[in-house]
Amino acid sequence: MSPIQSLIKDLADQYGRKRESLLPILQGVVEQEKYLSEYSMVEIAREIDIPAAEVYGTATFYSFLEVKKMGRFIIRVCKTITCSMKGKSQVLFAIQDMLKIKIGETTADGRFSLLETNCLGLCHKAPAMLINNEVYTDLTPEKIREIISDYMTK
Amino acid sequence: MATTYQLKRADFVFKNENDWEQVLSSIIRRSPQELINELISSELKGRGGAGFPTGLKWKITSELKADQKYVICNADEGEPGTFKDREILQRVPYKVLTAMAACGYVIGSNEGYIYLRGEYKFLEPELLKVIDEFEYFCKEINLDFKVKIFMGSGAYICGEETALFESMEGKRGEPRNKPPYPSTFGYMGKPTVINNVETLAHAFTIFKYGAKKFYDLGVQYSRGTKLFSVSGDTPKPGIYELELGMSLQDFVYEFGDGDTKAVQVGGASGFLVPRKKFADTAIGYQGKLTGISLPTGGSMMLFNSSRSMFNVLDNYLEFFREESCGQCTPCRVGCQQLLIGIKAVKRGERPATYLDKLLRLTETMQYTAKCGLGQSVANSFSSIVENFREEMIY
Repeated sequence: MSPIQSLIKDLADQYGRKRESLLPILQGVVEQEKYLSEYSMVEIAREIDIPAAEVYGTATFYSFLEVKKMGRFIIRVCKTITCSMKGKSQVLFAIQDMLKIKIGETTADGRFSLLETNCLGLCHKAPAMLINNEVYTDLTPEKIREIISDYMTK
Repeated sequence: MATTYQLKRADFVFKNENDWEQVLSSIIRRSPQELINELISSELKGRGGAGFPTGLKWKITSELKADQKYVICNADEGEPGTFKDREILQRVPYKVLTAMAACGYVIGSNEGYIYLRGEYKFLEPELLKVIDEFEYFCKEINLDFKVKIFMGSGAYICGEETALFESMEGKRGEPRNKPPYPSTFGYMGKPTVINNVETLAHAFTIFKYGAKKFYDLGVQYSRGTKLFSVSGDTPKPGIYELELGMSLQDFVYEFGDGDTKAVQVGGASGFLVPRKKFADTAIGYQGKLTGISLPTGGSMMLFNSSRSMFNVLDNYLEFFREESCGQCTPCRVGCQQLLIGIKAVKRGERPATYLDKLLRLTETMQYTAKCGLGQSVANSFSSIVENFREEMIY
């Protein structure tokens, strides 16, 4: 049994093998693997006995369930109105400058992926971003350099 | 016609009260009918933005017979400019849980869910601890009620109640046709009460202090207080609890930076109010007798004169285009065409009169889209285009 297969089996044991278990299982795989490969989606379909197309259809609906290979740290910069007014672009430039990647790309070492996302619900502390589940607010290019350097050593 | 209400601050929701155990114990000593009457007489309306009377919601579901019913707390707070629910779950989660248990007791349900948006995953560990403690106490007082957290995964549309059920059932978060409404046919097809986080927090206040205390605040048709998420061009962004019915003029006087050009009330799906209409606009639910009354889920975004309204609208439309679930054509195609359309007008590829065509398109969306997302695009689009037409063109 491949590691992903056993991960999926464990998740199915925990959440059940019903259609309602699909989202928690998908989230569990993403938590570990950072994305859903075709292989893992087929395996999930097999495990809870639904068509693979249904798994794919559901997964691609949700923006936090990536189906493209992602880095270990997924940076999601909020691009909605308040953050965009309060200097989101400078924040993005700073990240792109440090990591040498564009939006939607992953660094060659597979460490970072950079994405934009819709409102994070942190408008009063704009601009804001998420790195995996961690929240960073009141961002400035200087702050970005500190945070990212920190992650570079992780 | 200007309203005469001043800004009235209140402090109920975030008041730290460590007596939820007593409140819950006293709730289950009362009859469900009494609790429903209490809620109905408080005139509490849904604080997510739609404003359905909460007491009525509970009443309808309580009268139905079913082998299983559900209580769901909608914490899929995705409207741009709204961030109050996160704060409630962070600071006073036990109020929400108490109100959920009260709802379970009233309608006859022993299962509650909190649908927490994926962006708030960081709240989960702390929340689980509180739930543990809470369930332990429920057991102590022989109240059969369990709460589970269901995580979302980054989809604005899942805040729409029926889309939320679909999502919990492991499907794409596509809204269902209504009716049937959640009260009769909700999660797993069972009668379900679904309330916004803030609504539940207010229900706690009402059960603790009585309906009158709540009813005495606010104005006719818009009773009680509301949390406002204030952001944008303001010297003091943050969350404020205010009585409903205030005039936007008073609001801007308090929160503006002296150069406020317009305020977006109710997030991207709400209305943009230009300065000349501040005095005539009140914040509350529909049905007020004087002037215009705008409902809001609490999002108040201020824009000063340095902001281009074209950029604002462009940002909203980009948001809607991405978050439209794609299920119904008016919304899926409409959002795309609106975005393409305003860009074409801006670049001069289309005449200014093309804006009127786009306005008619939003009208069509308002009538034909399946759910609130597609229907409400018209709100911000028409209020921005009509009030700042020149900024769309030049």
